[in-house]
Amino acid sequence: MRFYEYESKALFEKRGLPLGPRHLVTSADEARAKAAEIGGSVVLKSQVLSGGRMKAGAVKFADTPDEAAAHFEAILPIEVRGEKPHSILVESKSPIAQEYYVAVTWDGRNKKPVVIFSDMGGIDIEEVAETHPEHVSKTNFSSLLPITPRLAKEAIGAATVSGSDLNKLTPIVFELMKIFLEYDLTLAEINPLARLEDGSFAVLDGHIDMEAEARGSHKALLKELGIGDDETRQARPPTPFEIEGAKVNAVDHRGVAGNVVEFDGDLGLVIGAGGGSLTLFDAVRKHGGKPANYCEIGGNPSQSKAKNLTKLILSKPGVDKIAVMMNVVSNTRVDIVARGVIAGCIEAGRDPSEAIAIFRIPGAWEEEGFKILEKYGVDYCDRSVSMYDAAGRAVAKMQAGS
Amino acid sequence: MPGLFIDVQVNADVKGDAEIARKLEESCSVDIFKATDAGVEVVEANLDECVLCDLCLAAAPEGSVRVVKLYEQD
Repeated sequence: MRFYEYESKALFEKRGLPLGPRHLVTSADEARAKAAEIGGSVVLKSQVLSGGRMKAGAVKFADTPDEAAAHFEAILPIEVRGEKPHSILVESKSPIAQEYYVAVTWDGRNKKPVVIFSDMGGIDIEEVAETHPEHVSKTNFSSLLPITPRLAKEAIGAATVSGSDLNKLTPIVFELMKIFLEYDLTLAEINPLARLEDGSFAVLDGHIDMEAEARGSHKALLKELGIGDDETRQARPPTPFEIEGAKVNAVDHRGVAGNVVEFDGDLGLVIGAGGGSLTLFDAVRKHGGKPANYCEIGGNPSQSKAKNLTKLILSKPGVDKIAVMMNVVSNTRVDIVARGVIAGCIEAGRDPSEAIAIFRIPGAWEEEGFKILEKYGVDYCDRSVSMYDAAGRAVAKMQAGS
Repeated sequence: MPGLFIDVQVNADVKGDAEIARKLEESCSVDIFKATDAGVEVVEANLDECVLCDLCLAAAPEGSVRVVKLYEQD
């Protein structure tokens, strides 16, 4: 769940990080008044959840209150990646001497949080990591053991920062690490974190993503920030395909067959089981496959739910085949899912033996499921074939065009 | 019309029995049976939801209800 910049900054300020004066405005008159109150040059920033504001022209600098009002009018109609602004943030324009980048996020490979720090902030960190890897440090830390400022210092020092800057940056980065852990975040990013001309530091832009499942644990904070229970805060509006996926899940209370996310590829995925979705999605990509979607099935979905999800995925233009794969299941019936996906293929006017590249769901009632799959000539495998290899078989079929 | 995977057959001699119809409706977790004034009706749209629990077999006289796995037939 993504926070707007102004909400991220409110949390940073609550935790004592250095920020300049700023105001959220919703009219040109308010923009003029708040710019005058701040004094001097200001920056107006569209409050959207997606990135790319600067390129879209949704961030502008103003030297006078009247210019701020004019910029407000100019920014308000601009959609950034299809998203209209929630409001506009007016804040003082800081005299920057040096920009840094710092983020705390999850390192899936090492299964630990990681601090990413660079002394080349203000620009795309992926680009910096590629062109100047010596200027980016990645420092893992434990989410279970107590953390100390020393960890923050190591992360900063590893990006060749030393002296006074190292000492002043350490408490800021350490606080960001604590915020990340305390609020169950998936990303806490400051870019840029600036050293100003007077030697002080300031958070100029911030970005926070909270684990959606953690909302219940942080109701007080969300209320304080004004984030309503019904705000989904996705990074982009759902596509029609994703909306249909949500309907498939919503109309039937039995099990889960949803969380559909649309991608550009040609291999439809019906995947799930305790983290299996992410593993299988990654496995498909690792083998060079192009997923048409992400989704999650589990908790024993009904036959009709599995059927309708399959029909939806096969209805997506360019989807030639689907891969039906899960981890070993104990609370989902293999035979019921097999019935669902086969019925979905048939109702979509497709031959299940052609449309299902691989069926790899071992577990409860698998003997019954395998009988069904054999009857319809569907290629299947049991738990002796790993999820990774099953994904490879599906991708190989796509690449062979068979 | 049977389902793609499952068919459920009820003998004619118990089909009109209101009490058996009620028991069948109550026993099925996926609503394959519907008790009507005329007895029991098989809801064909739900046949493929059958979880093979056999509770319907226990709810009716022995041999009067059959669950057929169509995928086991040639």
